[in-house]
Amino acid sequence: MKHIKTLNTRKLQNTVKKGGCGECQTSCQSACKTSCTVGNQSCENK
Amino acid sequence: MVHQYKNNGYDIVLDVNSGAIHVVDDVTYDVIAMYESHSRDEIVETLGAQYGTDVTAEAYDEVQELVDAGELFTKDSYEDYIMDFKKRPTVVKALCLHIAHDCNLACRYCFAEEGEYHGRRELMSFEVGRAALDFLIANSGNRRNLEVDFFGGEPLMNWQVVKDLVAYGREQEQKFDKRFRFTLTTNGVLLNDEVMEFCNREMANVVLSIDGRKEVHDRMRPFRGGAGSYDRVVPKFQRFADSRNQERYYVRGTFTHENPDFAADVLHLADLGFKQISVEPVVAAPEEPYALREEDLPKLFAEYDKLAQEMIKRRKEGRGFNFFHFMIDLEGGPCVAKRLSGCGSGTEYLAVTPWGDFYPCHQFVGNEKFLLGNVSDGIIQTQICDEFKCCNVYAKEKCRDCFARFYCSGGCAANAYHFTGDIRGAYDIGCELQKKRIECAIMLKATESEEEHEEK
Repeated sequence: MKHIKTLNTRKLQNTVKKGGCGECQTSCQSACKTSCTVGNQSCENK
Repeated sequence: MVHQYKNNGYDIVLDVNSGAIHVVDDVTYDVIAMYESHSRDEIVETLGAQYGTDVTAEAYDEVQELVDAGELFTKDSYEDYIMDFKKRPTVVKALCLHIAHDCNLACRYCFAEEGEYHGRRELMSFEVGRAALDFLIANSGNRRNLEVDFFGGEPLMNWQVVKDLVAYGREQEQKFDKRFRFTLTTNGVLLNDEVMEFCNREMANVVLSIDGRKEVHDRMRPFRGGAGSYDRVVPKFQRFADSRNQERYYVRGTFTHENPDFAADVLHLADLGFKQISVEPVVAAPEEPYALREEDLPKLFAEYDKLAQEMIKRRKEGRGFNFFHFMIDLEGGPCVAKRLSGCGSGTEYLAVTPWGDFYPCHQFVGNEKFLLGNVSDGIIQTQICDEFKCCNVYAKEKCRDCFARFYCSGGCAANAYHFTGDIRGAYDIGCELQKKRIECAIMLKATESEEEHEEK
């Protein structure tokens, strides 16, 4: 494409089928303790 | 839903429901802004005057290609899915152990009121801690990874119990086929070689509290006698971070209305040699003099931009660092279920007081309305847990139309409660800052991708 550059992302629609295993880290345990931040967490079941 | 914005010379388009991110040129940016409400012909005619009709038509066709591929203007099809998902039986997988409701500092912004949480000074006994770990194992179902944070007050004021609980947890791992991830949050006052060595062996992460520049840190984080704590903790934190190879830790600070120029604090921490940095907005009742106010927002946005640009510069110079709130995992991030269901407070995540009471999270400790049960009797007030379980972005009016909903998951229930009286409310200042951080984080990814492209 000449006008658009798409970054590599995980397509969210595709995570509906396999997702929800719950093995990932609880977000507040990572560093914050005052602000929910989920988008930076890694999936443990890729 | 599409969110488009310009930052640091980039035209960025986020397709909210697919998570796709596109960096586009100006004509495409304008085509996308008109796409939903105008026909192809109208767009080509309108924008053609500025960009040329051929170029506009070409941009339009590229946009159409993305729409057809499910990467732009994707519909939100998750609401029913998440409602069903939230009805599932949940298990407990993380505990925040308030190992000491006592502290050797008197930080002015402490939500725990110098460690006491509206209650009395108390240290958790080994027996209470052990019962909490037993509860976690018994209520974790098939989940293998269990998380336990040693929190306070200041957990090093009850260090022997921390060590004993880690030893107990390790014994249970094999018996029950579980894996504990222990973490510790400390102000550093009592940090010594023995503590560091133990933590390096046993703690998956440590959070080291420091606010940044000496004057900022000492103003907010004094000892009870009033003297600042910066000089006491900084050399120890530096040694600790190095002993962990600059990994698996965060130096974690708080900025307030009194230091809105917080980028200087982040950079100060980077200059001290720290590579894993988190500096976050204070959460405080609006009447506190240090609470963030709406009029601080433009300044705070500018600081995030300034920080992002400095991070790009330092990365190129080979002295980059991580800033927790700009970290975003685009390729391996969480599934939709996780993104929509939130932090898990009150369901997957519970806080335990020194005397064994359960609360939905550390921020609710001390508020009797949210007392859920205790380590001996388990969860008694299940209706409170149900309320937390149903709390997700579709249950929150303000989140439904927000582009950030897949990144913050509806935000912090405690903040929402403190500011609106309802866990389904929204803390507006927090939302504005969160959205700005996401925009910066995505912009940083765009620059990284561009640099990789140039290298090839």
